[in-house]
Amino acid sequence: MSARKSERLLNLVICLLVARTYVTKDRIREVVEGYAGQSDEAFEKMFERDKDELRDLGIPIEMGSQDKFFSDEVGYRIRRDVFELPEVKLEGDEAAVLGVAARVWQHASLAEATSSAVLKLKAAGIQTDQTALAAIEPHVAASEPAFDPLWSAVVTRSVVTFEHRRSGAAEAVKRTLEPWGIVSWHGRWYVVGRDRDREATRMFRLSRISGPVRKVGSPGAFTVPEGTDIRATVAELAPVPPTSEAKVRARQDCAVSLRRRATAVERIDDEWDLLHVPYADAGVLAEEIASLGPDAVVAAPGEVLDGVVRRLRAVAGVS
Amino acid sequence: MSSARDQVQRLLALVPYLRDNDGARVDDVAREFGVKPKQILADLKVLWFCGLPGAQMGDLIEIDIDAAEGDGVIHLTNADYLARPLRLAADEALALLTALRTLREVAADTDRAAVDRAIAKLEAAAGAGASAHVHVEPADPEIAETVNRALAGKRRLHLTYDVPSRDETTERDVDPMRLVVSEGRSYLEAWCRLAEDVRLFRLDRIAAAKLLDLPSEPPPEATPRDLSHGMFQPSEADLLATVRLAPPARWVAEYYPTESVTEDADGSLLITLRVADTAWLQRLVLRLGGYATVVEPVALGDQIAATARTALAAYPG
Repeated sequence: MSARKSERLLNLVICLLVARTYVTKDRIREVVEGYAGQSDEAFEKMFERDKDELRDLGIPIEMGSQDKFFSDEVGYRIRRDVFELPEVKLEGDEAAVLGVAARVWQHASLAEATSSAVLKLKAAGIQTDQTALAAIEPHVAASEPAFDPLWSAVVTRSVVTFEHRRSGAAEAVKRTLEPWGIVSWHGRWYVVGRDRDREATRMFRLSRISGPVRKVGSPGAFTVPEGTDIRATVAELAPVPPTSEAKVRARQDCAVSLRRRATAVERIDDEWDLLHVPYADAGVLAEEIASLGPDAVVAAPGEVLDGVVRRLRAVAGVS
Repeated sequence: MSSARDQVQRLLALVPYLRDNDGARVDDVAREFGVKPKQILADLKVLWFCGLPGAQMGDLIEIDIDAAEGDGVIHLTNADYLARPLRLAADEALALLTALRTLREVAADTDRAAVDRAIAKLEAAAGAGASAHVHVEPADPEIAETVNRALAGKRRLHLTYDVPSRDETTERDVDPMRLVVSEGRSYLEAWCRLAEDVRLFRLDRIAAAKLLDLPSEPPPEATPRDLSHGMFQPSEADLLATVRLAPPARWVAEYYPTESVTEDADGSLLITLRVADTAWLQRLVLRLGGYATVVEPVALGDQIAATARTALAAYPG
């Protein structure tokens, strides 16, 4: 049965692709093998479903009429220039890397989409090389439930609504977003776009979205502003360069991560060194020093020292 | 069994492929398309009934089915109207380009140029903007290049490697196996000659890497780890700890694999997790400054509080 259906679908594609003009439904029913012999109702249902399935594959079936004065005579066609993959000429080393690309996604539907893209390029005569860069395995996973609907909304440029809870906040807040792009940062996915209620650029961590992501309105509902760089937006999350310096006493052979970025190490005695550690955020540095327990002691400045003491007291249960 | 949709999608690539590769072998085509040879033969039988509308015999796609079934060789003609594959769908283009941009972040300098050129050409053909991106934490470029050279030339490496969870720096020789990117970080997977086991080394924790004048020779038992369930793979043998997380520390439950998570009315979480090294949990709790408390084992909670008191003794007041 499935083979029959495949035949009918492919014959329909060929029929609409080779036609010089729009082909009416009656004509399609007559010439495409598999439609003849169906009742009117069965044919209508079959044809509608076939069109949907082909469009779902990305086949651009256009509806229109040959004569604009007799618009009741609508028909269908596939424009070859929209249907076909444009010419892509890849050099040997450029084509070789496509083999690795097909292994990157650890996410079923995106892995499939990538393989399908690579297959089309192979069908266009591009020779990939499975052995190239064999020792590199870049893996990208996407397990957040919000990933699939947001990826699709980014691709189709659809507005979405969802509930999002900020870090440390108890309540989730409803957001309406024009999703411009989706970015993985430190292994976590974020969606970036224009928040319609706040009329500002915002980003949301996917793992903090609870409940369903709903599309509102139709695809192509917005355009991403010219010159938008979603990487730059996300890079604002990146640690800022250090602006201050702390002095930290560290036991010898301890505090390796502080030593690694220290600008100077002075020997105090047989047991202790004094490290000069550049930092940007006193709280972040205090967390790191507190984590080292008795092996690192802040000498200055006060903002880091206070931060460490407050953390240690809280853990020690001392008020 | 493939659905008609999948089959049509494949046929639209198969026809131009076979037009370009006359005399292709069924087995090779099956491998290229990621299906069984039997499926390719079934595909050919479908194509046999396809052609120009109003199909007269001469208007159908011609395939030598005997040659395909008998000799395993495919000849396909009379399908000039399917000379090119379907263009890339928007999601296919974005998935492929995002994969290539991720590869770009870790490729060696020489390969990066090729990846960049491929990205530019595919963007021009497929028209996908840069609306998806995977950031990979950058490593020291010199160390990354040394690691890439060791992999490409199959050479042994000497590493100076920091282990923050134990607060120590180690020196070891390793036989590189592959470069892995997972959860936004790059790792060298190698046979560690010190541990005599396969180990993953985070590139941003390699303080120094030296190419040795020896070949990389991982023993036969050095098999790549299955990382499909993430980098942290808790073991049943590890200690099970129960930790209470106040709202500012809730991220811990998202960041580390947990065995169970329950939420309290005040928004705090009670989690259980496997701990291979109690020193690691102690550092985490000290870092979280009171927002996390170890509930079980009680002795471990007490020990961490005692460590905090010892550390406090160094400060006046």
